[in-house]
Amino acid sequence: MKFAVVRFPGSNCDADAFAAAEAAGAAATYVWHRSTDLEGADVVVLPGGFSYGDYLRAGAIARFSPVLRAVAAHAAAGRPVLGICNGFQVLCEAGLLPGALVRNAGLAFVCRQVAVRVETDATPFTARYRPGQVLRMPVAHGEGRYVADEATLDRLEREDRVVFRYAGDNPNGAMRDIAGITNEGRNVVGLMPHPERAVEAALGSDDGAAVFAMAAVAAGV
Amino acid sequence: MSARAREGDPPLTPELVRRHGLTADELERIRGILGRDPTYVELGIFSALWSEHCAYKHSRPVLKSFPTDGPQVLQGPGENAGVLRLGHGWAVVFKMESHNHPSAVEPYQGAATGVGGILRDIFTMGARPVALLDSLRFGPLERERPRYLMRGVVRGIGDYGNCVGVPTVGGDVAFDDAYEGNPLVNAMCVGLVREDELIRARAAGPGNPVMVVGSRTGRDGIHGASFASAELSAQSESRRPQVQVGDPFTEKLLIEASLELIGSGHIVAIQDMGAAGLTSSAAEMAARGGVGVDLDARAVPVRETEMTPYEVLLSESQERMLVVARRGREREVEAICRTWELTATAIGRVTDDGVFRVRWGDEVVAEIPGRDLVERAPVYAPAARESPAIARLRERALPAGAGPGQDLGAALERLLDLPTIASKRWVYEQYDTSVQTSTVMGPGGDAAVLRVRGTPLGLAVTSGGSGRYVWLDPYEGGKAAVAEAARNIAVTGARPLGITDCLNFGNPEKPEVFYQFREACRGIADACRALGTPVTGGNVSFYNESPAGAVYPTPMIGMVGVLPDVSRRVGAAFRAPGDVIVCLGRVRGELGGSQYLSLVTGEVFGRPPRVDLEAARALVDCLVEGAERGLLASAHDVSEGGLAVALAECGMLAPEPLGFDADLGAVAGAPPDALPAAAVLFGEDQGVAVVSVAPAAAAELAAVAGRHGVPLAAIGTVGRPGGAARLAVGGERVERPVAALRRGYENGLPRRLDGGAGMSLAQGA
Repeated sequence: MKFAVVRFPGSNCDADAFAAAEAAGAAATYVWHRSTDLEGADVVVLPGGFSYGDYLRAGAIARFSPVLRAVAAHAAAGRPVLGICNGFQVLCEAGLLPGALVRNAGLAFVCRQVAVRVETDATPFTARYRPGQVLRMPVAHGEGRYVADEATLDRLEREDRVVFRYAGDNPNGAMRDIAGITNEGRNVVGLMPHPERAVEAALGSDDGAAVFAMAAVAAGV
Repeated sequence: MSARAREGDPPLTPELVRRHGLTADELERIRGILGRDPTYVELGIFSALWSEHCAYKHSRPVLKSFPTDGPQVLQGPGENAGVLRLGHGWAVVFKMESHNHPSAVEPYQGAATGVGGILRDIFTMGARPVALLDSLRFGPLERERPRYLMRGVVRGIGDYGNCVGVPTVGGDVAFDDAYEGNPLVNAMCVGLVREDELIRARAAGPGNPVMVVGSRTGRDGIHGASFASAELSAQSESRRPQVQVGDPFTEKLLIEASLELIGSGHIVAIQDMGAAGLTSSAAEMAARGGVGVDLDARAVPVRETEMTPYEVLLSESQERMLVVARRGREREVEAICRTWELTATAIGRVTDDGVFRVRWGDEVVAEIPGRDLVERAPVYAPAARESPAIARLRERALPAGAGPGQDLGAALERLLDLPTIASKRWVYEQYDTSVQTSTVMGPGGDAAVLRVRGTPLGLAVTSGGSGRYVWLDPYEGGKAAVAEAARNIAVTGARPLGITDCLNFGNPEKPEVFYQFREACRGIADACRALGTPVTGGNVSFYNESPAGAVYPTPMIGMVGVLPDVSRRVGAAFRAPGDVIVCLGRVRGELGGSQYLSLVTGEVFGRPPRVDLEAARALVDCLVEGAERGLLASAHDVSEGGLAVALAECGMLAPEPLGFDADLGAVAGAPPDALPAAAVLFGEDQGVAVVSVAPAAAAELAAVAGRHGVPLAAIGTVGRPGGAARLAVGGERVERPVAALRRGYENGLPRRLDGGAGMSLAQGA
């Protein structure tokens, strides 16, 4: 069982995702954004941070990195891909997930612990959670407000593809309180909260640990 | 060949010398060193390196009185940052620095580049930055300009720190009229390094190549160091071009590239090109190593056309490092930098003649004996005299009974709403506090605590200082700043290890200001000796004056401490209903200079709280032992707003606010000598902490306190979630639902800064 943690210039949650994967009992390796070799990894993580400084628009430049071709192929093969925060933004920019993440409604960066409800257990990353289970995880972003047109939002809900929703405290004004979604194949998941920062009680919550453990199970390794 | 003037250089006139911030005497000293007139480029170099910012010419003799030794000290003052031993092979690297003047004219970039600069001071020692703190001072938020400055500064700090992925975990923010014309923006960075991987910024090895890594050089920030060494004036706005522009994305790449370069063994020294840019970084690295350098300024990659050697040498373009590589390893250095999408360019060599020589292609444009440049900067011993007006304010009697007829409950509510006391959530929620997943106690309490991965250790960090106290009594105020930092560290259970300081004062050429500086430093030195916390470095920021006058003399203290077992850390918030609330330390009801006094009188006066250093040390020891033994459910320092505010905070900070019942009669003393109720509730005694303990542990805590000679009084019990905060002193009673207190406390900043009820509470911890 192996995780590939992609590093873009400006990624800054790469080490945290790496540590979370290892804590879940998996092997982990870093893949530099110029590489197209995922080194046989079972699961790909696009970590948080500010790839290319978020210049132009969050994730807008990273999507052109060579590694994204390999990530798209990995996703097309039905294998698990997780985008956290900036990684979620990159997945949307790359068209692997629908919709977009725009500036928070409050126009300011927001970092705090929030409650996030698991809406579906039918993804590799939520397989061992119960639908309806409320997790405590931090958010830390300036552009985390999920938006999409009404038809897309309706479709996401109809197809059970809203994976996480903010429960009570919507920190960024996301439409329909959406915190995370999945693709049609259900193997690509993006979310704004940081499960990798909620993997030990000492950090305030260990509710996110199963996100990484689950991926191992679902990858069939 | 000797340095010669270039065509187009302005002639050396008294006016030119004055514009460079140099005096006629200083010009004579320069002539003495060179044996001739300086060239224009040399004049610029001397101007930068002999500015107050770089040369400490008014402060050096005073700073020499600081204690700098201790068994924990691995590196004291004189390097990019101080270094203290933590244990388990780890060391903490930390420093604090001001960016006041840039932030006054361009708050967003001024604050952002302040963060960038202090980060570079840490990772150039080989340490990975793990935490940022910021101590900020603004004018009253009732006025538009302080609001504008605060919004810009907080956004600038956030955008930079968030992007580089270093959590901003603490600091403090206070507001006073005295800071309206000249805000204070002091940034502190803390890093971790294995003891055996420390590197120092000393050039060595004649023949070794000198390389520039990172951003290209532009015309931004030329003479920033000199700008920082003059008072702000109506013309300061026009100096906005001297404020540099930050690029945190490049900084993040620089962090990774620098740490890889240091680990690679291909380099011997690395230094930030900070204030005074290439000039100071090269001259300081050479002087520390006792060598010379020979640089070709024309080889420096630039981003603007037609730049002159003068501009290249003095530019303060951000995100640049100067590296001394090992001879023959240029390719390897370039390759590592290229991985991180940075360029590395050789611009010269280390020499053995001790001369700071700069060429522009074939011409020599500067040639200065390196040691003289750095070490023969003039030193001044300015006149010092206390301002009689301030002395009179200090001696002015407090109102009898500390203001009779006050509604003490209403006073508590108003204090909790004061921006200086109110919750700083509006600020710290704009900062990423949890990246790197080591923040085990974030902002909102006393000190923040980080875990040190791979060890059982915890690292406690704090920064702050009360300008009011120092203004009223510089010596006592200086002591108080250190003592409060030590209490902030100790209430978490950590042992204070050492400090960095950022000394913000007015114009030292004014005797009243220099008196404040000298006396405050004497207080800091005495307190550091008593508490065993040596000074490892820091920064002096003079000339914090605007047409409205000088800021409060504000020595900011950044302190670090260590917890042998991070699982024994103690938070500020009450934990469990029924726990016993205990007051540790002697309460004297000191209202001089307090927030309460200025609330009820509209003025700042009186004797500020005194610090008994022996008692301060005993309290620290008692708190540390209490935590070690696992006795403390919570511990919180008493500071602005006194015991009443501290107790209210203990209740409000709990994930679900907890009520409490406290009778302060025991600490007030017996009639007829009993202290007035307002003095007990709101006195800002420097040497008191409020702790809570499980009833079964109360006797053991009393024994620990007794052994350390710390006065202890059980004053009440923790109540139920959502209950009432009840305070009693003598015949006075205050009772408020703790949820109502928390609403006011949380709304203090949003209602002023967002112009509405902008309360946004986290759902729990």
